[in-house]
Amino acid sequence: MIASISVVILLPFAAAFAGMLLGPRLSDRLRPRRPAGEAAETQAAAVPGGGPRATGPAWWRAALAAERSPLRNGPALIACLPVAVAAVLAAVAAFAVWRAPGTRTGTLTLIETGSAPVEVGLRVDGLSAVVGLMVCCVALAVQVYSVAYMAKDPRYSSYAAFISLFTAAMLLVVYAADLLLLYVGWEVMGICSYFLIGHHWENRANSRAAVKAFLITRLGDVGFLFGVFALGLGARSFEIGEVLARAGTLPDATVTAAALLLLAGVAGKSAQFPLHTWLPDAMAGPTPISALIHAATMVAAGVYVVARVYGVFLEAPAALTLLGLLAVISMLGSALAALAQDDIKRVLAYSTISQLAVMAAGLAVGAWNGAVFHLLTHGAFKALLFLAAGCVIMTAGSNMLRHYGGLRTGMPLTFWSMTVGLAALVGVPPTSGWFSKDAVIEAALHTAGHGGDLAPAIPGAPTAHIPAGAAWLVYAGLLLTVAVTAAYAARLWLMTFFGEPRGRYEVREAPKAMSWTVAALAVPSAVLGFFGLGADELRPHLGSAVPALVLAAAGAGAAYYVWNRDPAVDPARALGPVRDLFARAFRVDDLYAAAVVRPVRALARRVVTVDGRGVDAAVVGAARGARELAEPLRLPQNGNPQTYLTGLIAGIVLLTAGAVILL
Amino acid sequence: MTGHELIFTLLGVVAVGSAVLVVTTRQLVHAALWLVVSFGALAGGYLVLTAEFVAWVQVLIYVGAVVVLLLFGIMLTRAPIGRSADLDSGNRWVALGVALATAGVLVSVLVVGFRDAYLPLREGGGSADALGSAVFRTWVLPFEVLSVLLLAALVGAIVLSRSDVGGPEQAPPKRAAQAKGAPEKGAPEKGAPEKDAHEEKELTTKRGEG
Amino acid sequence: MHAAYPAVVAALLFSVGVYGVLARRNAILVLMSVELMLNAVNLNLVAFDMWWRDRLHGGQVLTLFTIVIAAAEVGLGLAIVLLVYRNRRTIDVDRLRTLAEDGASRTRPPDGDDAAAAVRGGEGSAT
Repeated sequence: MIASISVVILLPFAAAFAGMLLGPRLSDRLRPRRPAGEAAETQAAAVPGGGPRATGPAWWRAALAAERSPLRNGPALIACLPVAVAAVLAAVAAFAVWRAPGTRTGTLTLIETGSAPVEVGLRVDGLSAVVGLMVCCVALAVQVYSVAYMAKDPRYSSYAAFISLFTAAMLLVVYAADLLLLYVGWEVMGICSYFLIGHHWENRANSRAAVKAFLITRLGDVGFLFGVFALGLGARSFEIGEVLARAGTLPDATVTAAALLLLAGVAGKSAQFPLHTWLPDAMAGPTPISALIHAATMVAAGVYVVARVYGVFLEAPAALTLLGLLAVISMLGSALAALAQDDIKRVLAYSTISQLAVMAAGLAVGAWNGAVFHLLTHGAFKALLFLAAGCVIMTAGSNMLRHYGGLRTGMPLTFWSMTVGLAALVGVPPTSGWFSKDAVIEAALHTAGHGGDLAPAIPGAPTAHIPAGAAWLVYAGLLLTVAVTAAYAARLWLMTFFGEPRGRYEVREAPKAMSWTVAALAVPSAVLGFFGLGADELRPHLGSAVPALVLAAAGAGAAYYVWNRDPAVDPARALGPVRDLFARAFRVDDLYAAAVVRPVRALARRVVTVDGRGVDAAVVGAARGARELAEPLRLPQNGNPQTYLTGLIAGIVLLTAGAVILL
Repeated sequence: MTGHELIFTLLGVVAVGSAVLVVTTRQLVHAALWLVVSFGALAGGYLVLTAEFVAWVQVLIYVGAVVVLLLFGIMLTRAPIGRSADLDSGNRWVALGVALATAGVLVSVLVVGFRDAYLPLREGGGSADALGSAVFRTWVLPFEVLSVLLLAALVGAIVLSRSDVGGPEQAPPKRAAQAKGAPEKGAPEKGAPEKDAHEEKELTTKRGEG
Repeated sequence: MHAAYPAVVAALLFSVGVYGVLARRNAILVLMSVELMLNAVNLNLVAFDMWWRDRLHGGQVLTLFTIVIAAAEVGLGLAIVLLVYRNRRTIDVDRLRTLAEDGASRTRPPDGDDAAAAVRGGEGSAT
């Protein structure tokens, strides 16, 4: 079991390097022998770059050619096949865990550090098995999709290699049995995210977005690392099982501090308030990247880590309360922000923040199963939504909602898939999102109703208590979010697929590698919820489902009502004066710019000035001063022998006179 | 003050005075002529000191040869005839100070040191006879060594003066430039170094024999 | 005769020679001043030969040798001066600054201008 899991991790890892080094050469090897003229034309169409935005006939030709012969694309083969094998192995492992539940751990090697040893080990239990399977499936879908989507990109091989590396890192996080090993994967994900967001670095905005994402997640990662240290040194082991077992015996202060520090990393990685601002900007990356990293897997890593060390959080109710409050702010604020966005990818990005906040809220109110379930369903339907959005973007050649309209008839596969995805996002029964969100809402209601006592999530786990007010707040926030989510999802749906076309482009279905991938993802989005019927707490409850459904219908109905009055204009116009505020996400970016960016820039400028006028000038001045001081000394050395001789004789006379006088 | 001392003092004043004129005059040729006066007065001083052979050698070589040689040098370097304003360098006042200090130290030391010393002057102490026998008996080896030295100086002077010995890269470019700038002066200048070397050779040989 | 007379004359001659060597620009005048210093030494040699009543006449013989060496020195010195003149078109000792460091151009008068002026002066005097 452990061996096969390590193969699951190592396959994408090896694929990353193999794809980077050997991919293009493999393409050359696989290129069929053709008449010279045709080969030259294919080559000319395949090379010119600029990303999918640079649409045009040449790009279409190249994309269709790539679709026709994916087996001749070296980097694509190296990227897709290992992930497919890894997905199969992960599925086998998940099946085995389902048949015989329990935790399996294995240590590959032990690194002695002098104090707590670092254990390079893997841990497979129910949580890691299903999340690992989800990661593999989404990564496979994204890789297959990218073959067509990025066909014309000149740096496709490095792109695919980074996705493979990212997949390996995420799998390492999922399967790691040791907190430090987990941290390694966590950091590799961060750097891959940086590279992939800045894939089209020629555009300055993209590289800025990459730097922003890197810096903000790094800010959280510092806290995360110290949290890991606090836990590991407190428990005298970094092994997750040991840490969880000893969490109850640690002092309250240690546990609370560690949990709060971990929370910083979680907020950074999962884009929760107040470290959420990088995620909307990270949409600068290619759309499959948004699907993989910023929807389904990397941002889910934060929530996953909370679920992984949930025992520690149960011992620190303060951290749980804070998590709940942050989640409420994040889910409601970003849902409102999504309501007013123009860019389809930014709508989805804010909805990602909102849905991650739903998971975090679930964890805060003790719905461990519900949160993890929502993590899985969200991974499926958000990947679906992003990939479908990629199809729409490719067809329309624009990211802007106001350029779409009437795409329903032209691209039915994308339309129906996206409908399923949006339904899951809103929580329309019987799609998967309904089940998982209902479980979270039910848990929030239960906790609020019991005065803040958390339901025992894991059998035998200690119970915890959070303030009842916080629980009620979480419940109210969840219900409101459901309504707003329905509204923005309906707006997106209506503006994209209905009404009159608002752009001059030919509406046609995307290449098959893309559209069929989307269609394949629609299946789990639709039916994944039924897998939850096996667990008691995941079954739908009437008491929580009815208000949520009513609110969702109200939100969607409101959006439809506004849109129906004039399908040609943006329903967000009805928001009136607050629309601008929502579109700017409550000006948090402006606040950060004023509070952090500008002072730091001013400080940097001052430091440069001090360096230039103080430090540097001191060094240069010392050299110049030495030369100026030496100038008078150099004056006698003018090359005139008479001067030298004068000095010589004067010296002799002085010596003689001295000798005569003194002796 | 005896008669000897009186005469020596007068000759010394002439020698030092003309020496001062040598180092202060504004005309190069005058300096050489004042040098003759100074050397002549010194020769008189030697006579007073009864060193008659040294006195004649002084007149012959210094007044007769060295000064003539210096005049040739003045001529060959195309020094201006007449007053020239820039014979003193900017170093002059420092040099004056150093020279006065030297004079002060030397004079005071010598006067104090030889306060009680008297020269017993007797005739014949410096005659050609006495010196000749001393040179060719006692000092014959240094005398021969000195002749070798003179030979070396002779060869050295020739090597330095001939432009075709010390490597072709030194002089020819200058000469070419000179010829280009003033073509009419080409002929005399070409002749000059050879003639100079010839002169010098003659003089030096003569001195070696003397 | 009191020994101080020749000694003082020699000292004064020597000092005048020192002044000439240090203060004159023209290399031939410097050579003349060197001759003055040599003569001062000669005078001392003769005077002290008389004082010692040296039967070997060492002082006077050394004077003769000095005179000979001085003549050779003048010959060689003039040859050098002529060589310098041929190469540089000047025999002003304070313009022969090749001993100076190259980087010291800030304190040194511009060499090229001086040399050009010397060439022009030399030609003018020759004609």
